[in-house]
Amino acid sequence: MATLQIREALNQAMCEEMERDQNVFIMGEEVAQYNGAYKVTQGMLKKFGDKRVIDTPITEAGFAGIGIGAAMVGLRPIVEMMTWNFAILAFDQIMNNAAKLHYMSAGQFKIPIVFRGPNGPAHMLGAQHSQALESMLAHVPGLIVMTPSNPYDAKGLMKSAIRSDNPVIFLESELMYGQKGEVPDEEYLIPIGKGDVKRAGADVTIIAWTKMVAVALQAADELAKEGISAEVIDPRTIRPLDEDLILESVRKTNRCVIVEDSWPFASVGTEIAHRIHTKAFDDLDAPVEKINAADIPMPYANNLEQEALPNAAKVVAAVKKVLYR
Amino acid sequence: MANAAVKELKEAKKPRWKDLNLSDDALIEMYKKMLTIRRFEERAAQEYGKGKIGGFCHLYIGQEAVGVGAISALREDDYIFTAYRDHGQAIARGMDVKPAMAELFGKATGCSSGIGGSMHFFDAERHFMGGYGIVGGHPPLAAGTAFATKYQGKDSVTICFFGEASSNQGVFHETLNMAMLWKLPVIFICENNWYGMGTAIERASAGGDLYDKAAGYHMDRAAVDGMDVVATYRAVTEAVQRARANSTPTMLEARTYRFRGHSMSDPGTYRSKDEVEEYKKSDPIVTFGAELIAFGIMTQEKIDALDAEIKQSVQEAVDFADNSPEPPLDMLHKNVYA
Repeated sequence: MATLQIREALNQAMCEEMERDQNVFIMGEEVAQYNGAYKVTQGMLKKFGDKRVIDTPITEAGFAGIGIGAAMVGLRPIVEMMTWNFAILAFDQIMNNAAKLHYMSAGQFKIPIVFRGPNGPAHMLGAQHSQALESMLAHVPGLIVMTPSNPYDAKGLMKSAIRSDNPVIFLESELMYGQKGEVPDEEYLIPIGKGDVKRAGADVTIIAWTKMVAVALQAADELAKEGISAEVIDPRTIRPLDEDLILESVRKTNRCVIVEDSWPFASVGTEIAHRIHTKAFDDLDAPVEKINAADIPMPYANNLEQEALPNAAKVVAAVKKVLYR
Repeated sequence: MANAAVKELKEAKKPRWKDLNLSDDALIEMYKKMLTIRRFEERAAQEYGKGKIGGFCHLYIGQEAVGVGAISALREDDYIFTAYRDHGQAIARGMDVKPAMAELFGKATGCSSGIGGSMHFFDAERHFMGGYGIVGGHPPLAAGTAFATKYQGKDSVTICFFGEASSNQGVFHETLNMAMLWKLPVIFICENNWYGMGTAIERASAGGDLYDKAAGYHMDRAAVDGMDVVATYRAVTEAVQRARANSTPTMLEARTYRFRGHSMSDPGTYRSKDEVEEYKKSDPIVTFGAELIAFGIMTQEKIDALDAEIKQSVQEAVDFADNSPEPPLDMLHKNVYA
């Protein structure tokens, strides 16, 4: 077992897959000579050369489309978006081309492509750089949406993403790239659509992904001090969603809180809550609670940003609400 | 081509395709494809009127020389992307009229199994990479396929048809920039029919000639008479040679005209009847037919027989489409994921 940062785990996954398959290449802004805006592609240019590690101009829609066209004829591009905020410029390519081509050609063309980069608010970056877009992306049939929360998951999911014949949206976080964790030396893949129990518990289910998993675990620690046993579920992929794991947990605990740093309206949590309410209604002892980022464009000021974001205290309060304490 | 010019060439016994290595059969095939597209589209309009075809239906009538001239210059291992006015290019690439008509009818036997519709014809086997419905959304895909063939060490080229209105879109310019920056073997063919739906190009596009939009990227570029199948073939052949030999992109502006509305629901009030009639004088099928007759490659009798044969094949395509089953309901959820 090696202890790796998430950026190193992602780098390993991409390097291993590029060594395994000549059709895999990476393109994006600053991925080659600069070694990545967040150093996820560190050393890849040196290792694979400029044919397979390609700096692009700052034209997200254009290079997203070039990746899709390359995928149509057998290449397996990894397209790095410096952040998902910038990828909004490429949403036409992602939604209208990548997500739909296999369907509207009745299966004649596959689109094996990974769009990856940091998503969600980081810290004091202001309104245009602080938004979690997973609900917009997961809304689109044809896309797979992955949301890793630690180095082990990041590596195993990235390898599955690259080998998938479908377009995969891979959502990382600027604040998590330095987060460390154990990663096995031998090869492993995490199957798409399989969630994970990050902490077992009996009294309440807390569902969270990417950096909200850490918030949920911190809340679980606090709750344990008060004798409340929280189970933390990380779906790891938002689409397809591991509904079975979620329902199994909720049927055991009878209570649920969902934590996400996206806006509340029509969020992924809204969909998960709906599924729990319709499929495990008789097992619930309280309505499902949701903690979201505030329903506003993100302000810059530190105090206001902290006020807007989910934190352990807010999760603890929500858990107490569903426990009627 | 004007009759006087043809006469002059005939007197000099110099067909203008002499240097193009085109056999009589190849010339006749080009004529046949244009006429097939024309008869197919005329019939599609009728069937649309009868309610057999739904949604949007954009006809290629008037623009046949662009698709046929360009695609005739390609090899089988080359790739083609186009916009939503896509029936003509699919037929030019060799798609049979049966799966084409069946797709318009929304039937399981269609080229996209009835899932794509008029705007989304696909034929992977013929490297017909699809018709795309978002104006200006597909040029980067064509550059991507060109990128892939270069990456794989192949000498295939990709051509990308698009309407002149696409040339105002940002992603179009992003694509030109990267195609030139990375020396991609892709040929952008702007089909300038002068109107983006009802908006004349001079009301939508600043600057002069559209092909000159590639000037900012120092890309090879030219205007071509898109009402002339031989001229289009010549220009695309040259561009293809450059792309294969040097892996460089080209932008061509094929000046053409659609004789029908933007789609079936377009009354065409934005242009005069006189203007349409004027363009019809240079109908690409009529003029090329006259030229083939002038050089003894075709006769009027042969043309009439060919026309009858094509009309019969289109009738059979309509019957085929009519009698084909609808897609089974289990297609609804199929192919969302590979």
